[in-house]
Amino acid sequence: MIEIRFHGRGGQGVVTAADLLAMSAFYDEKYCQAFPSFGVERRGAPVLAFARMDDKPVRRRNQVARPDYVLVQDSTLLDVIDVSSGLKEGGTVIINTSKNASEIELASDATLYTVDGTKIALDVLGRPIVNTVMLGIFSGITGEVSIDGVKKAVEKRFSGKLQEKNLRAVEIAFEKAGEVK
Amino acid sequence: MASWDIMHGSRAVAEAVRLADVDVIAAYPITPQTHIVEDTAKMVADGDIRAEYVKVESEHSAMSVVIAASGTGARTFTATASQGLALMWEMLFVASGMRLPVVMVNANRALSAPISIWNDQQDSIASRDVGWIQLYVETNQEALDTTLMAYRIAEDAGVQLPVMVCMDGFVLTHTVEPVEVPDEEQVSKFLPKFKPQQYLDPKDPMALGPIAFPNVYTELRAMQQQAMDGAMSVIEKVNDEFSAVFNRSYGNGLVEEFKTEDAEVIIVTLGSVAGTIKDVIDERGDSKVGLLRIKSFRPLPEDEIRRALKGAKVVGVIEKDVSIGLGKGALASEVRDVMYGSGDSKILSFIAGLGGRDITLDSVRGVIDTCEKALSEDVETVHWVDLKTE
Amino acid sequence: MKISPGGVIRDMGSTVNTKTGGWRSERPVIDNDKCIECGSCWIFCPDSSIIVTTSGNRRTYSVNLDFCKGCGICANECPSAAIKMILEEK
Repeated sequence: MIEIRFHGRGGQGVVTAADLLAMSAFYDEKYCQAFPSFGVERRGAPVLAFARMDDKPVRRRNQVARPDYVLVQDSTLLDVIDVSSGLKEGGTVIINTSKNASEIELASDATLYTVDGTKIALDVLGRPIVNTVMLGIFSGITGEVSIDGVKKAVEKRFSGKLQEKNLRAVEIAFEKAGEVK
Repeated sequence: MASWDIMHGSRAVAEAVRLADVDVIAAYPITPQTHIVEDTAKMVADGDIRAEYVKVESEHSAMSVVIAASGTGARTFTATASQGLALMWEMLFVASGMRLPVVMVNANRALSAPISIWNDQQDSIASRDVGWIQLYVETNQEALDTTLMAYRIAEDAGVQLPVMVCMDGFVLTHTVEPVEVPDEEQVSKFLPKFKPQQYLDPKDPMALGPIAFPNVYTELRAMQQQAMDGAMSVIEKVNDEFSAVFNRSYGNGLVEEFKTEDAEVIIVTLGSVAGTIKDVIDERGDSKVGLLRIKSFRPLPEDEIRRALKGAKVVGVIEKDVSIGLGKGALASEVRDVMYGSGDSKILSFIAGLGGRDITLDSVRGVIDTCEKALSEDVETVHWVDLKTE
Repeated sequence: MKISPGGVIRDMGSTVNTKTGGWRSERPVIDNDKCIECGSCWIFCPDSSIIVTTSGNRRTYSVNLDFCKGCGICANECPSAAIKMILEEK
């Protein structure tokens, strides 16, 4: 079972990101699950969301405490919380930031990738909403979900122009991830 | 054709309501049930459900509306949670006393004060004596399937009782996971149009809800209990028939046993935490610990519980409620009652997951450790799991 | 006695089988000479116990003592003080 924890702030679409990741896994024909940390919704407050994927049905309902991957949508959280907390040995942290990985210090010796997802989102979507971008990056770096799976999830969730733009953002993010890796 | 999709638990319930072809829906939104109200309202607006959707000003009114509609022979649906269920409370007795087959989904949530929007099961547990059938589900799939089965059970000629489908708020309602949405035609075979036993009809008048003097009140209450007793075999039958059509079932409909056969320790619980417990039991790799998930809390399947727990030396009941003043969980005290006079197993109460406290793998491991300790030494009967002491 | 599930009553109009006149401690007596035929007693009676008899142009009011509980509302409402409440003799 692969477990993923998402960090972001209220209003950044963190919960949607977790949902979309589970949907991507679903379209890859895996069992999966995603849920938020059930906070009271407040714009700007630190928010957690979780996703799991497996070859057999996901039964457990507890919050993800020992993630294989951590996705951080907002790098200002690094000053507030230890995003690598509980990370499994050999786990990976992916952070949306314009900084290089070498400029960031984590509390653990996790594998760290940084990608300027906000730039991609601003270029393509015209808004700094990075959730779909993060999924393209996650797919590109980890291969845990296919880019086709991610695109199907985006197609299911969005329609019209928003769908078109998000699909493009996902593709660009996927390619960018290849460079980072 | 049945189709696989990925969806929130709330959506799964809305799909069941659509497939059940209900006539009247009345509901008032409350976290964490809100999406059920939104999804079913949209389905009605889009013409996917051909039902009257009554917007009401409170849960008391929602229940009153479905009672009245059900009295005219309509198939009805409502949903609520926590404070909403509390506000409905007097009408819950009216629905069951009038023997109306109302189906309601309760998105289990803690009660105020202090204010909590998060999950536990205190709301429906505190309503255990209202005369409703209560079925607790573990997954989103089971929420959909049980909502469909609930209509068959409620509308059965020998039952005629309202059914509350209890699903953990947030933990299921706000979780996305794969769900197989059954085929419409198959559902209409499994759940044909509602043919009420008795209903308000101007051509054949009757009085619904009159006063009962002391000379008949006791008899009417006894009839409700008889209907509950009879519901037990109907729940099993409906579970079997559901399995025959859709190839899915949930234990025998009343309880689900997991590795109980040679278990010295059996954990008993309600609802979605069963999944977490199964994972912890599996990681042990022995056959010492099993799980009994009680799906039907009302009627309480006493024989099934006795049979399942017969071989256990220690029984640990994990539940998301506490009967303040009794000092233990309500289910634990009922399990003790059921086991009275049969064997000498120790029955321990574990109060966990109140007000949204995460029941972690370690929480469950801790419960099992305590139960194993109880095999050879005396331990406290009641444990507040993960209680902070300072 | 046959009791239906839910306490439903199939035998409609059975309320008339329960005679409530015995609850009464005072009974209304109507003075037809003072009566102006306004019908207030008939309107206000909570137990539908005022009986109206029409003969030509003349309406006469009387009381159905099987159901009158003796509440006195008719006497209270009568604008011409044509109704008196008198003690039931037991």
